[in-house]
Amino acid sequence: MNFDHWALSAAIFLPLVGAVLVALWPKSDETSQKSIALITTVATAAVGGYLLLHFNYDHTDKLQFAVNRSWIDVINSRYHVAIDGISVPLLMLSMLITVLCVIYSWDHFPEPHNPKAFLVLMLILETGMNGTFCAQDLILFFVFFELVLLPMYFMIGVWGGANRQYAAIKFFLFTLFGSALMILSFLALYFKAGNTFDMVELAKQSSTLAHGTQLLIFGGLFMGFAIKVPMFPFHTWLPDAHTEAPTVGSVILAAVLLKLGTYGFIRIAIPILPEAAKSWAPWIGGLAVIGIIYGAFGCLAQTDLKRLIAFSSVAHMGFVMLGISTLTSFGINAAVFGMVAHGLITGMLFFLAGSIHERFHTRELSRLGGLLVQAPRMGWILGFCAMASLGLPGLAGFWGEFPAILSAFRPAPGLNEGLFRAYMVIASVGTVLAAGYLLWMFQRTAFGVPKDEFADAHIHDLHTPEYVAWVPMLLLIIALGVAPAIIFRVSDGAVQMVANAVKAVGA
Amino acid sequence: MLAALAHLGPLLAQTASFKAPHLDYYALLPEIVLTGVIVLILLLDLVTDEPNKIIVTNLAGVGVLATLVPIVLLATYHHHPRSMLGGAYVVDNFALLLKGLFLATGYVVLLMGANYIEEGDYYEGEFSFLLLSSLLGMVVMASARDLITIFVALELLSIPAYMLAGWRKRDLKSNEASLKYYLLGVLSSAIMLYGMSLIFGATGTTVLAGISETLSASAKVTPLATIGIFFIIVGFAFKVSAVPFHSWAPDTYEGAPTPVTAFLSVGSKTAGFVALFQLIYVGFIHQNRVWGPLFWVLAALTMTVGNLVALRQTNIVRMLAYSSIAQAGYILVPFAVVGSNGKAIAEAQTASMVYLMIYAAMNLGAFAIVIAVARRTRSGEISSYAGLFSYAPGLTVLMTVFLFALAGIPPLGGWFAKFLIFQSALSAGTPAAIVLAVIAGVNSVIALFYYSAIAKEMWMNPVPEGESIAPIRVPASLGAALGITAVVVVAIGVVPQVFARLGDLARIH
Repeated sequence: MNFDHWALSAAIFLPLVGAVLVALWPKSDETSQKSIALITTVATAAVGGYLLLHFNYDHTDKLQFAVNRSWIDVINSRYHVAIDGISVPLLMLSMLITVLCVIYSWDHFPEPHNPKAFLVLMLILETGMNGTFCAQDLILFFVFFELVLLPMYFMIGVWGGANRQYAAIKFFLFTLFGSALMILSFLALYFKAGNTFDMVELAKQSSTLAHGTQLLIFGGLFMGFAIKVPMFPFHTWLPDAHTEAPTVGSVILAAVLLKLGTYGFIRIAIPILPEAAKSWAPWIGGLAVIGIIYGAFGCLAQTDLKRLIAFSSVAHMGFVMLGISTLTSFGINAAVFGMVAHGLITGMLFFLAGSIHERFHTRELSRLGGLLVQAPRMGWILGFCAMASLGLPGLAGFWGEFPAILSAFRPAPGLNEGLFRAYMVIASVGTVLAAGYLLWMFQRTAFGVPKDEFADAHIHDLHTPEYVAWVPMLLLIIALGVAPAIIFRVSDGAVQMVANAVKAVGA
Repeated sequence: MLAALAHLGPLLAQTASFKAPHLDYYALLPEIVLTGVIVLILLLDLVTDEPNKIIVTNLAGVGVLATLVPIVLLATYHHHPRSMLGGAYVVDNFALLLKGLFLATGYVVLLMGANYIEEGDYYEGEFSFLLLSSLLGMVVMASARDLITIFVALELLSIPAYMLAGWRKRDLKSNEASLKYYLLGVLSSAIMLYGMSLIFGATGTTVLAGISETLSASAKVTPLATIGIFFIIVGFAFKVSAVPFHSWAPDTYEGAPTPVTAFLSVGSKTAGFVALFQLIYVGFIHQNRVWGPLFWVLAALTMTVGNLVALRQTNIVRMLAYSSIAQAGYILVPFAVVGSNGKAIAEAQTASMVYLMIYAAMNLGAFAIVIAVARRTRSGEISSYAGLFSYAPGLTVLMTVFLFALAGIPPLGGWFAKFLIFQSALSAGTPAAIVLAVIAGVNSVIALFYYSAIAKEMWMNPVPEGESIAPIRVPASLGAALGITAVVVVAIGVVPQVFARLGDLARIH
C-alpha cells in the first residue's frame, strides 16, 4: 500500500487531527497551540505538495488518487474521494490560504482573543474545504459542504465586529436554506437517475431523466450553489458577513468558501445535468452580469473599506459565473482561473483591510488617507492588489476576467448568441466600473496626507507575520499573471470533459 | 362440608385440563432480570438509611446494565424471532433493539438523576424504583403485539411516570406538571381503549396479526374499524405529544425534575412510537388510506407548530419541550408517506427507527447539559446561558454539539436522521409526500434559528452582571452521561452506517 492511497484522506483529515490536539491542549499554553496549528497546516500543505508532484498532468481529466470505500451502505453512499484538474487548483488554494491565515493570526488574534478556540475552528474549516474539493460522492460532498458552516458561524459571531450576531445568523440561515433545497435535489437525482450518489455514475446515467425533472432538480442545486457564490439576488448575506467577520474569517470566506458554490456548479450541476444547464444558462448569465454591475455600483456607494471589498467580491464572482454560464471550455477554464485569482487577490485585500483597521481602528474611507506616507510598504501592496483586482494584464486578475468576458462572445452551441454578446458588453462595462471603484478606494486610503486625527499617530508598517503571510500570495499573483498556463494546463483537460458533456446533448 | 368437597372434585378436574401457555423463559429473561432488580431495590431501600441511599441508585444502574446482557445474548446468538402467547408477545430484532434503546435511555437518565435527586433532598430509593418500573413497561411494550398487552405495557410505563413528574414535591409547578400529565394521560388512555374495543368488535381478536388478517379480508374498511383506528391513533398522538394533542408537554416538561423530563421526552415518547409501529405496520398495515392522511396532517402540524412556538420560548426546558414536539413531527413523516408498497414500508421503518435512536442520544445530551448548568445558575432561563463559553468551555462545546445535532447540521448525528426522513418522502414520490418533504425542509431552517439562539447566548454574549464565573463542577455520573451521549451523537454523524444497519435489521413484519 503506497501513500497515494492515503494522500487525499491525509489532506482532508490531518487538520481535524490538529484541531483535536489543539482542543485537548492546556488552555494557558498558547504558543504550543499555535505551533500545533501551524505544523498541522504546513503538513497538510506538504501533502498538497506531494499531490502536485505525483499528479499526472497529461490526464487531468482523469480522477486521480482515488479512494472508493464503503461508507453508508444503507443509502448507497460511499467514501469516494479523488481529484482532477478542476479540484487541484482549488485544493491547493485552500491549503495555502489556511497556512497563511495561521501565520497572519500569530500574534494578533482578534478580540476576545482565545487563540485555542479560534485555531480549532480554522482547522475544522480546512477539513471541510479540502473535503468538499475532493468528494466524488454527493452525500460526502454535502457533509463537507455543511461542515464549514458551524466554524464560520462561530468565527463571525464570536470574533466579529459590532454587528456580528446578526451577520453570523444571516450567513448561517441563508446557506442552510440553500443546502436544504440542494439535499432534496441530491435525493431526487438518486431516485430518478439510478440509485447512486456517485457523481461519475450519475453523470453517465442522468441523460434518461425527463427534461422537466432535470430543470427542477437543477433549480434545487442552483439555489444551494448560487446562495454560496453568492449570485445576485442572494448576495445580501455576503456584505454583512464579510464586514463583521474577523480578518482571517473574511479571508477564508472570500478566498475559499465562496468557491464552494462555483465549484459545485462545475463539478456537480453541469456535468450531471447538462441538458438542464443549457436551459438555465441564459438566466445564470443574466444574473451574473446583473451581479457584476450591481456589485460595482454597490462598491461606489460604500463608505467602509471592508464592505467595499465585499461588494467587489459580488462583482468578481459575477465574472466567474458568466464564464460558467457560457458552458464552453473557454469560459469554464476562465472561471476556474477566476476562482483562484479572486481567492488570492480578494484574500489579500481583506488581509490589508484587516491590518489597516488594526492600525487606524477605523475602516471609514472618509477618515483614512495618506497610507503611502505613513506606511508606504502597505500602501504600495494595497495599490498592487487594487491593480490586480481590476484586471491589469500581467497580474492574476486579468486571466480570470478577460477570458470570461471573451467566452461570452461564443457560448456553447444552442445558447442564444445575441443574448450572450449583450452580456459580454455589459460585463465589459463592469470592468470599467471596477477600475473606477478600486482606484477611487486606493486614492482615498493611500494618497494625500493623513487626516488630522491620525497625523501624529505612530503607524507601524508591515509586521513580520504580515510579510510572511503576504509575500507568497503577492508572488503567486504575479506568477499566475505572467504564466497563466500554470493553472490552465491543469484545469483544461477536466474542463474539456465538462464542456463535452454539454456538447453531447446537442444543439 | 362434604357436599362442598364433592363440588370441588369436578372443579379440580377442570384445572387439570387447563394447559399453561408455553412460556419461553429465555426470551423473557430481560423482563425477569429487570423485575428482579426492581424487587431488590424495593427491599434494599427499606433497610438502607438516609446517607447510604446512593447504594440503591447504584444497584439500579447495575441492574439496568445487567438486563442488557440477556438482550445482547438473544440478539447475537439466538436471533430468530420467538413468539409466545399466540403471537401476543414477540421477541424479534425489532423488540430487542428497542429494549436495548430503552435500557440505554434508562441508564443515562439514572446517571443524570443520581446527584440531582440526592442534592435536591427528594426520595432516592423510590425514584429508582419508579424509574425502573416505567422502564419495565417500555421493555414489555417493545414485544407487545396484542392490543391488551400494548395497553398493559402503556399503563405500566405511564403510571410511575405520572408520579415521577411530581417528584419535586414542594414545588407547585412540579405538582401541576404531575397533575396535568396524569389527567391528559388518563384521557388519552380512555380514548385509545375505546378505539381498541371498537377494533376488537370489528375483528373479534386482540392479536395484531389476527386483526390485520381480518381487516384485509374484506375489500372495504368498515366504518367501525375506521373509527377504531382513528381513536387509537389519537390516543397515541397524546403520548408522542403530536400537535394538536401536545398541550400537556411543555408544562409537564418544565415542572418535572429535569432528569424526569429527559426520560419523558425520550423514553416515553419512543414507547409511544413503538406502539404506533406495531399497530400500524402489523395491525393496520393495509388500511393506509385511513391512517395515511391522518399522519400527514399530524406530521405537518407537529413540525410547524412545534418549531414556531419554540422560537418564542425564553426558558430552555420549554424550548426543548417544543423542540422535541417538532422532532416528533419529523418522526411522523415516514408514517404519512409510506403508502402500501413493501419497499417504501421498509424504508419508512428504517427512517423512523434510526431517527428514534439518534434523537434519544442528542436530546438526552441536551438535557444533561441543562442539569449541569442549572446546578450553578439555578435557572432555566435561556438568558442565564450568556457567556457560558467563558467559564465552562467544555459544557458549551458539548451543548453546541447537541443543539446543532438536533438542528441536523452535518457532521453531527442529527443530519443523518433528517436525511433518512427526506429520503423516505422522496422515495414515496407522491405529490403529497414531496410537499411534506418541503415542509420538513423549511422547518429545519426555522429550527436552526432557536437552536442557534442558545449557541449565540453561550458563545457570543457577555456573562450577566454579578454572575459568578467560577468553573462549573460536573459530578462524575453526569459527566458519564454527557460522555456517552456526545460520543454517540458524533459517531452517528461520521459513521451512520452502523446505526442505519441496526435500523435496517430491526424491521417489524
